[in-house]
Amino acid sequence: MATSDVAVQSAGSRSDQKKVVNDFSIQVATVNGSGSQSANNVLLRSIFRMGIPVSGKNLFPSNIAGLPTWYTIRASKHGYVARKKEIDFLIAMNPETAKEDVTSLSPGAAVVYDEPLNLQSLRSDLTFYPVPYDKIVATVCPDAKLRKLVKNMIYVGVVAQLLNIDMARVEKEVEKQFAKKERAKQLNLAAIHAGYDYAKASLTKADPFSVEESNQTTGKIIIDGNAAAALGAMFAGVTVVTWYPITPSSSVVEQLIEYLKRYRVTPDGKATFAVVQAEDELAAIGMVLGAGWAGARSMTATSGPGISLMAEFIGLGYYAELPGVIFDIQRVGPSTGLPTRTSQGDILFCATLSHGDTKHVLLLPSSVSECFSMAIEAFDLAEKLQTPVFVLSDLDLGMNNWMSDPFAYPDKPIDRGKVLSKQDLERLGGFARYKDVDGDAIPYRTLPGTDHPAAAYFTRGTGHNEKAQYSERGDDYQNNMERLDRKFETARTLVPKPEIVANGTSKIGVIAYGTTDFAMKESRDQLTNEFDLKTDYLRLRAYPFTREVHEFVAQHERIYVVEQNRDGQMLSLLKLDLAADQVTKLRSVRHYNGLPIDARSVTDDIVSQEGK
Amino acid sequence: MATTPTSTPAPPPSPKTNRIGLQVLDYRGGKTTLCAGCGHNAISERIIDAFYDMGIQPERVMKLSGIGCSSKSPAYFMSRSHSFNSVHGRMPSVATGATLANRSMMGLSVSGDGDSVSIGAGQFVHLMRRNLPLIYIIEDNGVYGLTKGQFSATADVGSTLKTGVINDLPPIDICALAIELGATFVGRSFSGDKRQLHNMIKAAISHKGTVMLDVISPCVTFNDHEGSTKSYKYMKDHEEAIHEVGFVPHFENIDVDYDPGTTTDVRMHDGSHLRLRKLNTDWNPKNRIAAMTALHESNERGEVLTGVLYINTEKPNFVDLLNMTEEPLATLPEKTVRPPKEVLDKVMASLM
Ligand SMILES: Cc1ncc(C[n+]2csc(CCOP(=O)(O)OP(=O)(O)O)c2C)c(N)n1
Ligand code: SF4
Ligand SMILES: [Mg+2]
Repeated sequence: MATSDVAVQSAGSRSDQKKVVNDFSIQVATVNGSGSQSANNVLLRSIFRMGIPVSGKNLFPSNIAGLPTWYTIRASKHGYVARKKEIDFLIAMNPETAKEDVTSLSPGAAVVYDEPLNLQSLRSDLTFYPVPYDKIVATVCPDAKLRKLVKNMIYVGVVAQLLNIDMARVEKEVEKQFAKKERAKQLNLAAIHAGYDYAKASLTKADPFSVEESNQTTGKIIIDGNAAAALGAMFAGVTVVTWYPITPSSSVVEQLIEYLKRYRVTPDGKATFAVVQAEDELAAIGMVLGAGWAGARSMTATSGPGISLMAEFIGLGYYAELPGVIFDIQRVGPSTGLPTRTSQGDILFCATLSHGDTKHVLLLPSSVSECFSMAIEAFDLAEKLQTPVFVLSDLDLGMNNWMSDPFAYPDKPIDRGKVLSKQDLERLGGFARYKDVDGDAIPYRTLPGTDHPAAAYFTRGTGHNEKAQYSERGDDYQNNMERLDRKFETARTLVPKPEIVANGTSKIGVIAYGTTDFAMKESRDQLTNEFDLKTDYLRLRAYPFTREVHEFVAQHERIYVVEQNRDGQMLSLLKLDLAADQVTKLRSVRHYNGLPIDARSVTDDIVSQEGK
Repeated sequence: MATTPTSTPAPPPSPKTNRIGLQVLDYRGGKTTLCAGCGHNAISERIIDAFYDMGIQPERVMKLSGIGCSSKSPAYFMSRSHSFNSVHGRMPSVATGATLANRSMMGLSVSGDGDSVSIGAGQFVHLMRRNLPLIYIIEDNGVYGLTKGQFSATADVGSTLKTGVINDLPPIDICALAIELGATFVGRSFSGDKRQLHNMIKAAISHKGTVMLDVISPCVTFNDHEGSTKSYKYMKDHEEAIHEVGFVPHFENIDVDYDPGTTTDVRMHDGSHLRLRKLNTDWNPKNRIAAMTALHESNERGEVLTGVLYINTEKPNFVDLLNMTEEPLATLPEKTVRPPKEVLDKVMASLM
């Protein structure tokens, strides 16, 4: 029973609604730079530790402090981890956006808010929980300067009480996060308890949402995609890493540096790697290609604007056949665009980056575990195919925390491709750098330093013949370009195959890739359960498209290509690949407002195109 | 014992070889396609002689260049070295990557004034700043030769194109820039000054840091006329050698006399000695500030100072700073570059 003088206004109809357990979203609306990150992390991880599938998304501005930020946590017993459009539980900490945040909620949602904001007067169909943060924080935090930070932990306590989050788990998370800062730990614990006690004494639970202990996260890890990619790169044996900071890719290299410093130093303290913060992305990719040419496993990580700068070099990489791995953590373009929002907007550009006829291998991770495994595959492919390889992640995958099974240790040895040694040259007497010896259009190369008079060759972006000699002859040019085209056909057989879920009877096929997959899992359930629309599903994992993609299209009457860009970029690539009679089957579902795609938007779009 | 006179034919004179048994021929490249008389060709010859004289195994050298007539020249020397003719203005980054991949190789890069100072100024300054161990030769003709003679950023104010167009922008002094930024061996020479350039390249081979050599290299086709300040004639009239550049390689007897009063002796990393014999001016090649001041003053006088302008054999280079293992990164074995399964297990456990 509420015993305080604080009025708890509730939507009467809601309290007798049936309980909603382990299936809701929480949104924390706050201000950039206010230090809410630790609080949100504690909330997310406590729910995770209770065995409930969760995902967390940080929606932040391109600014250091003072602009609105939203953090959403989704708990889903179904294991859905895509963004959920509707917010069930709002924690309104930002006076600037509070009104709009509350107005946009669906009826029945709950709002925890700072008492002086008086939000309860805005709507009568929500449950409101006022919290006098300033009063509470004054009791636990004597140091006025720290109050702004500590305040955040108060809502953790309030929410834990209201949603029934296990406090023992919360405490453990705080201890883990502040392991080396005893004073901060105590302060934060006190704030959480104060929030909890306040809620217990003064608020009456009137919304249907709560959590219950489950066992769905046993043995799982939580990691962001950029850390996963960094780990993959380390286990791929990367040796030269170059970068120029850009959101949302910076944390790939920042985290990679930490891993390398810890796990890739020789017993005598020497680095088995080189990391260079380059002067720009032109230099970053130049270093990657120079290093790849000289035999290192090299990589860079960037985002759209960096990719634009790299265009000329990528053409050189393609034409001179130089290995290198480029992680593109996509954000919203064109130009500077929405630098802290997500998209799949670089697909088409990367596929054919640079002037002239060029085609590039793209890997499309759609989970943190694929960020890890595809990082490893990317290095093998780059060296096997002797060409730049792109790994196209995005902000949503790269910068947010995701649950996953622990990553599997690579089961294949590193494949460094066709490199001739001194002994090979002694046996062969010489070699022609750009000759197709094996029929797979992949030539042999030598590395600088190979101790044989016939080892050297001249690498250039100008026209060249099989022997790597300068040539402006039309037939030399054409032969070489045709071989490169055949090499791309070889790539088709080497890249990861798509993942297909088919029941054999559906007329409708859906094709998606990357982070769109999260929404697709949920949307396909919605289509089946709510609209009786059975769909088959193909998740692309790479470009060029493998045989299975063509077969999948051929087997269905209608194909929906779902993606997060305005122009249907993957659809365009499919059109280039498919026969004319297949192209007409393609339909497009696109989402491009900067937020991660959600299942409901996909479902609604497909349903409407199906004329339902 | 009966002696039968035998007449064996005189053996053919054995071809001249260097200290590792190679002939000059082993340092040659393809036939040049540059214009006859182009300064760049003379520089290629000096490179061949210097590497031959120093007995450098060609397989231990990587040649790097950008785009331009100058950047083509690596095709015309040392065919037994791997070579990378990259994109316009971006050779420094390629050279950086290659050097990091294999620190045991000697990097020899050739660029033009357009390639390094116009389009490539950004990468040029950062390479200098890093003091990457590399020889960086700019074949400086004040114009873009390959695109038929437009001004580059090293063209002097008031100099004219063949068409009569006057340059009204100040030149970038590459040497002053390189010294300012941290290159540790900065010299200027002239493609026509055989002896000086030859010795400077030999000293460059002995240095372990960025060697930036600005070599005035007249473009006979587009910038060798009256009104050009990068012509053969202009250089003949205005070159001002600051000292006589001598060089004693590490494998030769060092007891060649020199007078410390008139000659500065610099001991190089590999034990060779650079001997700079005073001419008209007092020049301390270890004094950056003085070097820059002198460069600015000479520019105002319209003189072209040549010689070793600055040298520092102590400053750590970029590879030293990265604390890399001695073995080239390129060829580290899998067991060194792929941590064991226990490491992955440990990381995974920390994320649970
Ligand atoms: C991105 C790009 N822009 C323009 C060109 C055209 N281009 C080729 S060489 C060159 C200038 C070369 O001048 P320099 O480096 O001084 O060499 P030189 O020919 O004088 O030896 C230009 C502008 C190019 N190759 N690439
Ligand atoms: S155009 Fe000028 S720079 Fe180019 S090869 Fe001819 S003389 Fe040399
Ligand atoms: Mg030039």
